[in-house]
Amino acid sequence: MTVKRILPLVLLFVLILFPLMVKDDYQQHLMILVLMWVVIGSGWNVIAGYTGQVSFGDAAFFGTGAYTAGLFAHKLGISAWWAMAFGGVMAMAVALPFGWICFRLRGAYFALATLALNEVMRHVATLWESLTDGMVGILIMQTFVSKVPYYYIALGLAAVSVLSIQMIMGSKWGYYFVSIREDQDAAESLGIDTHFYKMVSLNIAAFLTGMAGSLYMNYMGFIDPEVVFSLHDISIMAILVGIVGGVGTLYGPVVGAFVMVAVHEFFRTGFFGFFNTLAVLTGSDVVHVVAGYVMQAHVLGFGILVVVVILLLPNGIVGDWDKMMGTVSSVRKKGMAG
Amino acid sequence: MSLFEVRGLVKHFGGLAAVSNVSFKVHQGEILGLIGPNGSGKTTIFNLISNYHRPTRGTIHFKGRNITGLKTHRISRLGIGRTFQIVRPLGRMTVLDNVIAAAFAKVATKAEARDLALETLAFCSFEHRKEVLAKTLSIGERKRLEIARVMATQPELLLLDETAAGLNPLELEGAIELIKKIRDKGVSIIIVEHIMKVMMTISDRIHAISFGETIAEGTPHEVANNPAVIEAYLGKEYAEGS
Repeated sequence: MTVKRILPLVLLFVLILFPLMVKDDYQQHLMILVLMWVVIGSGWNVIAGYTGQVSFGDAAFFGTGAYTAGLFAHKLGISAWWAMAFGGVMAMAVALPFGWICFRLRGAYFALATLALNEVMRHVATLWESLTDGMVGILIMQTFVSKVPYYYIALGLAAVSVLSIQMIMGSKWGYYFVSIREDQDAAESLGIDTHFYKMVSLNIAAFLTGMAGSLYMNYMGFIDPEVVFSLHDISIMAILVGIVGGVGTLYGPVVGAFVMVAVHEFFRTGFFGFFNTLAVLTGSDVVHVVAGYVMQAHVLGFGILVVVVILLLPNGIVGDWDKMMGTVSSVRKKGMAG
Repeated sequence: MSLFEVRGLVKHFGGLAAVSNVSFKVHQGEILGLIGPNGSGKTTIFNLISNYHRPTRGTIHFKGRNITGLKTHRISRLGIGRTFQIVRPLGRMTVLDNVIAAAFAKVATKAEARDLALETLAFCSFEHRKEVLAKTLSIGERKRLEIARVMATQPELLLLDETAAGLNPLELEGAIELIKKIRDKGVSIIIVEHIMKVMMTISDRIHAISFGETIAEGTPHEVANNPAVIEAYLGKEYAEGS
């Protein structure tokens, strides 16, 4: 129990010290992405993990947040940082009418509606050229040359997300969210306005995801509709962060973000350069071609990973931690006995 | 004035009249038994009262106010609680958390909700199971959880839908005991039950329906000897022969 209490503080401490110890730009970049995914994954976890309304459309909120920040800087000449909170608010402005209409749907039908929202928002950003410059995208000047300030902003956002979700889940809202997940009709019979509290949950998710989107705009300096409204790189990735880490657990998205960014990078770099090295070593064209395919196949890799996780750890790494440790220790015991 | 009243309740599902013209009253502090053969519309009446289905015709009144068409959660907040015939535990929550979630209907903070929940669990003699996950409970315990949970919302009128079905004799005694205890607290109750022993002993009045229509109303003794009721349960030949 005490270990579980101390562990998050230790993790936070290590994360605070990280940029002081690791000066490598690439590794700092990856950690910023991890922290951003902690925020998005936590948001997804509120609506899908705790409230049980699976969203396939997180990119709609992420992209809205990113475009809000981008347009602030691009059109109004106001610092994109000011747009951080406003990005979250704009994402809520998308979530409000969407939730009001679509929370009449349940289960798979709601999930399909979120998928549609994702695509609608992507098309709006693509076609509304007078506002968004369409496929050209938005380029803004980055504020800092160093990655360290971005890192600490991302860390602050991630820490605040996890902390506020912890507080919410210990309150009336949290109890109501989980009740709705477990049985919406029973929840309604206990006096819970399920429609309203699903809206609350979705808006928390949208706000956090929108903030993450604004952070992304500030950090990367460039966005276009295909990037920030991407179904597989944002929406599906958010689901993976949630599922791999542990649906409906506070630290699931934290663990999931680490794992998924690592896996994503693992594929993108061709197993950390393994395939490229192999191609150079053997001088074989076939290996070179295969390496190219493998590096493009990260979505396929995600798919396999999800199948494996759902089969072996249906509650994710955090949710099934005890079970996992049990297996490891029993394997160890067997090994010692043999 | 009666606490609760339904007037001319009608519900059609497509061409099927599940409930056709049912009216009854519930007075403060009484237990009204609702009986009828399978498929006679008892659960449908409960679903109409708590507005899981909207009545085709007819009105529902609670404390002098027409509550027809109010949302399910609003009806609960007004003080009409219900249990489900097919129990609906919040499976991946503990018994205590199930009851805390319900208690938030009355109080705002977690500490108050926890106190109210513990108090309610003690009232229902269910405190010893508070740390258990709801999905691991036996059917008898699930039925008790249904009651504990709805009691935490502090209803003035309680709709009990077959809370004694599937219980062993010992649990059945406990359930009857609990229902009486709830009545003694001043809560009015409408109860649906197939076990006649339960209905006859605890109901103040009984309202009998068949094929969605009222066939008799009165004291347990009157209703049990009513030819229409005997016919509905045992068939026309038996009713005429007796």
